[in-house]
Amino acid sequence: MVARPVLHGPDITRALRRIAHEVLESRRGEGRLVFLGIPTRGVALAARLQSIVDEIEPGTSSHGALDITLYRDDLARTPTRTPAPTRIPTEGIDDAIVVLVDDVLYSGRTIRAALDALADHGRPRAVRLAVLVDRGHRELPIRADFVGKNLPSSTSERVSVHLDEFDGVDEVVIEP
Amino acid sequence: MKHLLSTRDLDRDTAVRILDIAEEMSRTADRAVRKLPTLRGKTVVNLFFEDSTRTRLSFESAAKRLSADVITFSAKGSSVSKGESLKDTAQTLEAMGADAIVVRHGVSGAAELLAHAGWIDATIVNAGDGTHEHPTQALLDAYTIRSRRFGDDARGRDLAGLRIVIVGDILHSRVARSNVWLLTALGAHVHLVAPRTLLPSGISTWPVTVHESLDDALDTGPDAVMMLRIQSERMHDAYFPSEREYAREWGLTAERATRLGPDTMVMHPGPMNRGLEISSVAADSPASTVLDQVSNGVFVRMAVLYLLVAGESQEES
Repeated sequence: MVARPVLHGPDITRALRRIAHEVLESRRGEGRLVFLGIPTRGVALAARLQSIVDEIEPGTSSHGALDITLYRDDLARTPTRTPAPTRIPTEGIDDAIVVLVDDVLYSGRTIRAALDALADHGRPRAVRLAVLVDRGHRELPIRADFVGKNLPSSTSERVSVHLDEFDGVDEVVIEP
Repeated sequence: MKHLLSTRDLDRDTAVRILDIAEEMSRTADRAVRKLPTLRGKTVVNLFFEDSTRTRLSFESAAKRLSADVITFSAKGSSVSKGESLKDTAQTLEAMGADAIVVRHGVSGAAELLAHAGWIDATIVNAGDGTHEHPTQALLDAYTIRSRRFGDDARGRDLAGLRIVIVGDILHSRVARSNVWLLTALGAHVHLVAPRTLLPSGISTWPVTVHESLDDALDTGPDAVMMLRIQSERMHDAYFPSEREYAREWGLTAERATRLGPDTMVMHPGPMNRGLEISSVAADSPASTVLDQVSNGVFVRMAVLYLLVAGESQEES
């Protein structure tokens, strides 16, 4: 069986533009926005979302990266990974509206770890979650505020997000 | 990687990986909360048969910042002074649930023995064994050189092409040995300077350039000059005529310090004998990395403990 594309480049761009508008709408004109991407691909998505938001409402937002490796709950069960860089914007996250950004929402464990990591960096006014793909199968009581595409999938399938910054192409594919 | 016993076991990529992890660890120092939950539920035992303040405190602080439980065991005033063997001590500690044992011992090869004798399963980190090796010191030195030289652009880099001069008691120095292997693996050129009496006999097989004159070595334009401590506790013979002569010939005097290039780092593993191997002018100058080395030591030890203790012992694919 071959990989089946479910989102193409223009679909991804449209989804991100819609999410950017939704984020701004939910902000209700108050508070600065900090988009924090979860490595690897969440970081690129956070940067893209922030640049769209900045076109619409210049100067209200910043972006960075939040690595969760050291907060994972499966450290003892998996080979040790090298943490990716965490980059918090210099203004910090205290009293900001933090939008966590990831490519795929699945078990919810990554987001659980991200919430723990975030608490060690400060106290945001609110934390939201934006994902490009929600594929279901949650193992924790976590849901996304902004979703690019809901993608019902089987646990035996593999959902891969490819982004221009890393893979030279924008697409989401399902592999059996 | 299950144990860290010697820097000879580290290839370039593994060494760079440890330095990269240490860099992420260093970023936790500026945060609201400095502690990480990474080693929650793990127990790290510091087993110190030799006096040490900074290494023991550094490992203790590294383990605590990763949320491990830390037990510190100094041989003085313990059952070791009642004649308990290394084997019995180690087995006792493992029975108390030690996941990792950080060991410092006066006998070369003690860490190796603990790791491979089959007495215990715990991870062993060598914190200095006799005159053999002190791998985490070399890692923190390499980290300090890399971050001074490359700043925010350090991640992923090695030390290719850098010239490092190590001066002093090479014969008794585990710091020098660990640094020679590690810095060489990272692509640096290591130059050693010492009176002939303080050079080990097998030095011709080491991947280094040896100088007898410190001034000759400094003329090569080094990126870093690492001054070793004169270890009076290991000096049972007359290795050099007098302290004054040593300071004049092989010490980083004020006069020599002013001749160093503007970007040459002055390093010392501590504790310093001011006025002997290093002058106060050199030790307190902006070129000195002595205090950076202390803070970087914690980050490097956090990286080592994370790498060895956190996960399964297999490597990342």
